[in-house]
Amino acid sequence: MSPGNFVALAVVLFVIGAVGVLVRRNAMVIFMCVELMLNAVNLAFVAFARMHGNLDGQVIAFFVMVVAAAEVVVGLAILMAIFRTRRSASVDDASLLKY
Amino acid sequence: MHGGVLAISDVASTTQQIIFWLLAVVSVTAALGMVLVPRAVYCAVLLAVVMLSLAVLYALQNAPFLAFVQVIVYTGAVLMLFLFVLMIVGIRAKDSLVETIKGQRVAAGLAAIGLLVLLSLTVGHAVLGTAPVAGPSFGANNVYAIAKLIFTTYVFPFEVTSALLITAALGAMVLAHRERLTPKLTQRDLSRLRVASGRPAPLAGPGTYARHNAVDMPALLPDGTPAESTVPAAIRGVPETPDQRRTLLGSSAVVRSAAMPGDSGTEAGQDGDA
Repeated sequence: MSPGNFVALAVVLFVIGAVGVLVRRNAMVIFMCVELMLNAVNLAFVAFARMHGNLDGQVIAFFVMVVAAAEVVVGLAILMAIFRTRRSASVDDASLLKY
Repeated sequence: MHGGVLAISDVASTTQQIIFWLLAVVSVTAALGMVLVPRAVYCAVLLAVVMLSLAVLYALQNAPFLAFVQVIVYTGAVLMLFLFVLMIVGIRAKDSLVETIKGQRVAAGLAAIGLLVLLSLTVGHAVLGTAPVAGPSFGANNVYAIAKLIFTTYVFPFEVTSALLITAALGAMVLAHRERLTPKLTQRDLSRLRVASGRPAPLAGPGTYARHNAVDMPALLPDGTPAESTVPAAIRGVPETPDQRRTLLGSSAVVRSAAMPGDSGTEAGQDGDA
């Protein structure tokens, strides 16, 4: 299997995640799409690590996972705080700063 | 002898290709479904599919450590967290399909095509070559080699990670914390409310006397009518409010009149942390 295939798959998944972030309104789903983008980048990292035959790419993918886990924890806590006050998880409803 | 080795490596690479294309189709389909399906829970399940197939793809690239971390951290922890929050927000919550910004979807589609072309051109221009024969630090020796790398070259980022995790945990606690505005109901208060409500026994669980005892199946009352209030609020698709908890506790009107003097009545039965 050439690494090019894996990188191509990573590109496709990344673009799909980006579309999800742009199109969806539910903050939870937007979050999930961000996770999808992070995962796609991880796949590319692992493919590059295998291509070059050293493990730095895998270690970086590991750090990406750690940061993503921390980000999800804080993000979901913010989401719950917003949901508690506004009773909605839609990003359109959190527009108080606009007016 | 030589031919035998070649045949074995041929079979292995064919298997790898089959697995890759299968998982590529599955993961791209699931990712597309994630963008298109309106219900957030289905999105979470489809994301689990994508993450599990990515874990297999890592294993396919001789990265067993990352494959396991992917399953444990992403599919195990992160998705569980998503599902927990979804249960609080309401499991049937749907995305509205109305465009709030005019032409946003078209613009998003164009941007996506542009991004796809840009990335494809970049990747296409790069000389990726073929994978070298897996080195000694891939495969069985992978965990040892990664540990060596993390604790030597990457030891400072690794230590900084601990600060990040502590900060994230603290941030989550601060953000999810809610001040208690009313005194907490004791067991004595609760039992008094229950007796005052006129229905001392708890409501039947979901599915009682119904056709099956699934958690989303309302119990049947003695006259055969379904009692919707026996189904948990998150399953019914409405966020759980203090009012609904009070309804589960007993008839709300009676409870409100019997509420404690120091209790405003609106926050009855509400926990400090949700």
